[in-house]
Amino acid sequence: MKIEFEISRRGLLTASAATVAATAAPLNAEPQDADAPVLAKVSLKVNGKDHDLELDTRTTLLDALREHLRLTGTKKGCDHGQCGACTVIVDGRRINACLTLAVMHEGAKVTTIEGLGTPRDLHPMQAAFVKHDGYQCGYCTPGQICSAVAVLDEIKAGVPSHVTADLGARPEVSPAELRERMSGNICRCGAYSNIVDAITEVAGSRA
Amino acid sequence: MRAFTYERAKSPAEAAAAAASAPGARFIAGGTNLLDLMKLEIETPRRLIDVNGLDLDKVEKTSDGGLRIGALVRNTDLAAHERVRRDYGVLSRALLAGASGQLRNKATTAGNLLQRTRCPYFYDTAQPCNKRQPGSGCSAIGGASRSLAVVGSSQACIATHPSDMAVAMRVLDATVETVAADGRTRQIPIADFHRLPGDTPNVETALAPGELITAVILPKPIGGRHAYHKVRDRASYAFALVSVAAVIQRDGSGRVAFGGVAHRPWRVEAAEAGLPRGATAVTDRVFAGAKPTAENRFKLRLAERTLAGVLAETRA
Repeated sequence: MKIEFEISRRGLLTASAATVAATAAPLNAEPQDADAPVLAKVSLKVNGKDHDLELDTRTTLLDALREHLRLTGTKKGCDHGQCGACTVIVDGRRINACLTLAVMHEGAKVTTIEGLGTPRDLHPMQAAFVKHDGYQCGYCTPGQICSAVAVLDEIKAGVPSHVTADLGARPEVSPAELRERMSGNICRCGAYSNIVDAITEVAGSRA
Repeated sequence: MRAFTYERAKSPAEAAAAAASAPGARFIAGGTNLLDLMKLEIETPRRLIDVNGLDLDKVEKTSDGGLRIGALVRNTDLAAHERVRRDYGVLSRALLAGASGQLRNKATTAGNLLQRTRCPYFYDTAQPCNKRQPGSGCSAIGGASRSLAVVGSSQACIATHPSDMAVAMRVLDATVETVAADGRTRQIPIADFHRLPGDTPNVETALAPGELITAVILPKPIGGRHAYHKVRDRASYAFALVSVAAVIQRDGSGRVAFGGVAHRPWRVEAAEAGLPRGATAVTDRVFAGAKPTAENRFKLRLAERTLAGVLAETRA
């Protein structure tokens, strides 16, 4: 049995090598390989600075920020729009940077956590997260903060939410509203209640 | 993700013609569902046609007092639109019950109608799925089916349509406006837009190859109390186990459609005459032909009780 297995395995390996040899040459010779990367140019204004990039069309906005512009504050969590760690603000709106292509954002203004504040000059939302202990491991925090900044703008603009009781009235800043509006940002450490406290404080100081 | 070429569409008709001429082409607008599926190689377009630059992002009044919603209007903007909130509250409520704030900022009206099922076997490329790979079989039948369809399903597929928005569009008798590859436009009633799975669950809508949605049109407002109740496994950011979209008039008459139960928004107009008599009179008829699995049989009682809750709210 062992010998038979050895033989069939060797036979299989030989056959695989032959397949590779037979297909590799024409694929390499073909100028328009269907799986070859396609490059495209895109210009982005990230945190106030212009960038001209040439990217594989498959590059998500998240990967463009992290791998090409080395802005690693924006985090990759699930890479499928389920966790919110990649949240950035594009043309004033929070989005999941993992679920959009960089080439779809020609001329767009992108704000990442690096653009909101610096260690010496924190954005009020960053300062409030520190004060209220709105994190433990910190991995989801850049996404939470970008999301929180945009949430307050959405409430200010009158955008209702699932828990807004009266669609005809202006939405208020309440713990229930903040929890609902922040549901696209998952925190595995469970810092949620402190995050709500941090956002509430910033909302109060703005009012 | 497979490699693809990328281009920006210049007009709806050109985009439709370009998509029809290339079998591997897909339109991209919000991209929140398509890119997810491309990463998993469930969708493998060779050519992406970005329609975001087209002038299809307006909400306008129609001559008969209705509303014309451009295909590219984002879910956030539609939910927040003053006239939608005032006259089509069920639509605002349904939109706000779906996804997360980040996703609603990107997702479009047309893309929401076209989103694919979240059946776990459609997503698992190691399993047979007639929708993903026609003829390969349905792993959900006899599998984990708790979240799946109870009515209108077939031997080939028990997937559900995941949209909340579409359930509200169904109850409002919306019309889908499209442009085809030859430049001709047509209007498809929402009732005819989504198909039942039958033997071809991979064919999900009435759209022809390359046909592009340009708008969704709402008839003039019908008044009444509007409600959208969604029951899910967590309080926010989850797909519906069961949802109910309803518009109930002062005399107790009204309209009702159900989400999370079928391959398309599920509405049986003939059952609506039972609304003044209460939820059971309606759901007995709406789910008359139901074929639930042992795991999702609970949806029938849940639908009845959710409708009872809606009726209590709208009559209060």
